[in-house]
Amino acid sequence: MQTVFKKTPILTDTVLHYCPGCGHGIVHRLVAEVIDELGIQDRTIAIVPVGCAVFGYKYFAVDSIEAAHGRAPAVGTGVKRTNPNNVVFTYQGDGDLASIGAAEIVHAAHRGEKITTIFINNAIYGMTGGQMAPTTLVGQKTTTSPYGRDKDHCGSPIRIAEMLATIEGSAYIERVAVNSPANIRRAKAAIKKAFQCQLDGKGFSLIEVLSNCPTNWGLSPVESMKWLEENMIPYYPLGVKKDTTKEV
Amino acid sequence: MAKQLMKGCEAVAEAAIMAGCRYFFGYPITPQNDIPEYMARRMPQVGGCFLQSESEVAAINMVYGASAAGARVMTSSSSPGISLKQEGMTYIAGAELPCVVVNMVRGGPGLGSIQPSQGDYFQATRGGGHGDYHPIVLAPSSVQEAVDLMQDAFDLADQYRTPVMILADGIIGQMMEPVEFTERKSTRVLPKKDWAATGWTPASDRPRAIVNSLYIEVDELQELNDRLQARYKIIRENETRAELYHTEGAEIIICAYGTVARICKSAINLLEKQGCKVGLFRPITVWPFPEKELAAVMAQDSVKKAVTVEISAGQMVEDVKLAVNGTKPVEFFGKPGSYTPTAEEIAEYIIKSAREA
Repeated sequence: MQTVFKKTPILTDTVLHYCPGCGHGIVHRLVAEVIDELGIQDRTIAIVPVGCAVFGYKYFAVDSIEAAHGRAPAVGTGVKRTNPNNVVFTYQGDGDLASIGAAEIVHAAHRGEKITTIFINNAIYGMTGGQMAPTTLVGQKTTTSPYGRDKDHCGSPIRIAEMLATIEGSAYIERVAVNSPANIRRAKAAIKKAFQCQLDGKGFSLIEVLSNCPTNWGLSPVESMKWLEENMIPYYPLGVKKDTTKEV
Repeated sequence: MAKQLMKGCEAVAEAAIMAGCRYFFGYPITPQNDIPEYMARRMPQVGGCFLQSESEVAAINMVYGASAAGARVMTSSSSPGISLKQEGMTYIAGAELPCVVVNMVRGGPGLGSIQPSQGDYFQATRGGGHGDYHPIVLAPSSVQEAVDLMQDAFDLADQYRTPVMILADGIIGQMMEPVEFTERKSTRVLPKKDWAATGWTPASDRPRAIVNSLYIEVDELQELNDRLQARYKIIRENETRAELYHTEGAEIIICAYGTVARICKSAINLLEKQGCKVGLFRPITVWPFPEKELAAVMAQDSVKKAVTVEISAGQMVEDVKLAVNGTKPVEFFGKPGSYTPTAEEIAEYIIKSAREA
């Protein structure tokens, strides 16, 4: 019998705790496949966040460090500066990265820290039960914006990829989505490019992944992917925001 | 090596390098800027890494990362910056990582002053961040002692997999004193850092490293806490240190640490000329507090009372009272903020207190 599809060895056998239909499972798999394909398991260090991916250390079959809320880029900096031969990636959600960890991510990019960040933007705080994130869309209802996000009251959603692309030290920044097979394929290519950017010593790389949260959006998995496409992608345009990897 | 005249902050930094520290992450704050500045010059010369972080919060998390990667690593700051580092310190304690943190204490609360103070004693010795943990806290009273304690600070951190704090003050940081750097060989058997995250495959000869302080199950969190408390018990039993000065046959025991203890020594010398029998009990470890050592000194028949002298509203005095445990009176002399008492003022208080006794 010929095997045509199997589990990547870079994910452990631990059952994921994510809700049915959640995009985290997809992104975990993409990151794991990329680590496998690049042959870097033996030197990859995962820095996992506080948020839904807090148990990431149980799933990625690499040496892993759990960071305090928002601090993953600083923790990753400490690791990379100690052992520059390690491949360091942080995996962070929008509350972790765009809110409490805004300073850490900006300055990791600013220093041109040779680490890779996988940034999951699902426009909500998932783990704590669906509160408003800096990335929550205007009008979107959450438990802390029960009447819909009012931009006069709490601002408009923050576009992290575009913001970080303005920083000199960032080398590769792209926004992708995991709402369709085609976009998932593009997401994997982007993640691979971000890791390659680090391997080539080019500088800071970040992939913003638009993902879903069926549970806290109150939608079925299928409906949530449609909502992502119709509401998130228009505000958060997909594509490469910065690419200095071709520069000599 | 001959003695050289050196500022406390710079001497501490050089001592850290001599102790094998090769990674420093820090953020500017007075009165400890000479440490990061010295490290910025020296680290590249010894093949290490100095990095100025965007904040104290980031600095301590860089320390967390470097320590998790197996490095001998430190940071330094002063009171307001140390408050910001408390988040990272509780994670470091919870993840059982070694590191050294220097606090050149200044006056508080809030932005306070840039003058010396001892107002951070509670924060340092009670843990400082959330949860049940303690860093080991060493309190030097001279530049030389700060230098001498650095090697052991790193060794203690590695041996017990715990943050270690050097609790000094603005005087020690900014004062120049003659210091001698002697090669200090570690006297401790340090465990291998086989828990460090350095890269793993299924073929590795160790389990996959997971550096973490999250234990969502009650039983698992209990295990971590039991492990920490068992370690703290060993530390309490084995690592207390104190200096005794003229305590034998003394009627009054002054309890003081750090710079203030030196001023108290001058006060004792003044008092002895006037025939007063006064001794000094100076904790060198303020956590663990040298309770048994103090209790033994206080148990002498000659001793009538203890007087604790601090630049605070009275913080270490609580540990002194716990050690004395109601057997004899314990008084406090000092002011909160940054007022450093003179030897004469201390002597005057002791004379008054002796008359009352």
